[in-house]
Amino acid sequence: MSKHVVAPVGDIPPGGRKLVEVAGRAVLVFNLGGEFFALNNRCPHRGGSLCQGVTTALVQSSEPGEYRTSRRGEIIRCPWHSWEFDIRTGQSWCDPQRLRTRKYAVSVEPGAKLVEGPYKAETFLVSVENEYVVVEA
Amino acid sequence: MRKDSKPIDCDVHPTVSDIKVLLPHLEGYWRDSVEERGIGSLESAAYPPNAPLTARPDFRGENGYAATNVSELSSHVFDRWGAGTAICNCLYGVQLIFNEDMARAFHRALNDWIAKEFLDRDARLRASIIVPMQNVEYAVDEIERCAKDRRFVQIMVLAMQETPLGRRHYWPIFAAAERLGLPIGIHAGSNYRNPVTSLGWPTSYVEDYTSQAQGFQSQVASLITEGVFAKYPKLKVVLIESGVTWLPAFLWRFSKFWRGARTEIPWVDRSPAEIVRDNFRLTIQPFDGPSDPHDVERIVDHLKSDDMLLFSSDFPHWQFDGDETMPRGIPERLRHKILVENPLATYDRLNDAPEQA
Repeated sequence: MSKHVVAPVGDIPPGGRKLVEVAGRAVLVFNLGGEFFALNNRCPHRGGSLCQGVTTALVQSSEPGEYRTSRRGEIIRCPWHSWEFDIRTGQSWCDPQRLRTRKYAVSVEPGAKLVEGPYKAETFLVSVENEYVVVEA
Repeated sequence: MRKDSKPIDCDVHPTVSDIKVLLPHLEGYWRDSVEERGIGSLESAAYPPNAPLTARPDFRGENGYAATNVSELSSHVFDRWGAGTAICNCLYGVQLIFNEDMARAFHRALNDWIAKEFLDRDARLRASIIVPMQNVEYAVDEIERCAKDRRFVQIMVLAMQETPLGRRHYWPIFAAAERLGLPIGIHAGSNYRNPVTSLGWPTSYVEDYTSQAQGFQSQVASLITEGVFAKYPKLKVVLIESGVTWLPAFLWRFSKFWRGARTEIPWVDRSPAEIVRDNFRLTIQPFDGPSDPHDVERIVDHLKSDDMLLFSSDFPHWQFDGDETMPRGIPERLRHKILVENPLATYDRLNDAPEQA
């Protein structure tokens, strides 16, 4: 496991997402209201690319005829079969214990700290004035 | 629970051979109407009297009909095949009547006829309440009227209705069923408001009867997706004379698409296959199985539940030859479950002490 600097914070605004490559893996980084989360981009069902799916609310119901939405933007649907995944945990909605996409630890680090290492920033220059999204993978 | 009981036959068919038998049970106006209008019979095309399926040749009496009285029925179901209890599901075309008031009158008459001519004459018999789905209020009234007699153990409707069974205008019926401890028995057949296939009207009887399985599939999907079991979690539904073996493949398909489209029906918060295992039961005749008995066991395993199958002879329908009431290949370990335990777990009222019934 090592830490990878994947983007300046400003590249992924709240509600945004960015597909990055970390140690040869496609990782999808999300910003949920200022909190960052990272999931393996590959749907564990049949391998659909989650970055092409829509984000949506969690839809629940306590009785027939009632539709209750919460956590708007925190669920991503695979573009192939619409299976839902919780962006915070990587768990599927339909089978959360057995079916999940891998979740990676994410942190936000100041550039001043990153230039000291041991972080890996492979594709862009790190500036001491900025903050960066760091994925551990 | 009575674990040592004799087999419980969950589907036998008393037969109305002549509409005159209902006359004593009809209110005056409708009794007159039978004569004045010249109503000769209400048999539907679902079971034409001379069709081989309707009655096995050796079950037929001199008039060509079978199971027209209690001795014809009991002599086979109890004396010949050893059942200790049997549930009468009378198939007569009262569901096809368009006039709601006439439908109510004929349903009442049919239920009263069953009680008097069958239940009163053999204490081992139980029956389903036949309900006028033409009018939901009348249906609930008839359920409540008959349910006072605890020998009525189920509510029976046909597989093909005017609208899918899960639709919410039917829900007072399910509320009554759950409240009174009566499963909903969905029996093969149609009220012929719609073609029996979604493609349009077929031309042959074999198409009609075969297509019943698709009707059952659509009803299972309707009941679950509309949220009947979210609202009435204790409700049991028995698929009667459905053919059984279509179910596993249908559930693979249904559950798969639920995963992708479940936000459309968010009250279905677990796989439809799980709901089916908890709330649905199936009678075993006919059992549309493969010829190799080993394959039968695999089909049964695909249900992933030992609780779902209920013994039935479907007498006098011609589903088997000789005395082979149990389909070949049913695993030995399931026999007692199917014959006794599962029916007792499905029909609350079969657990009544004898003096209650």
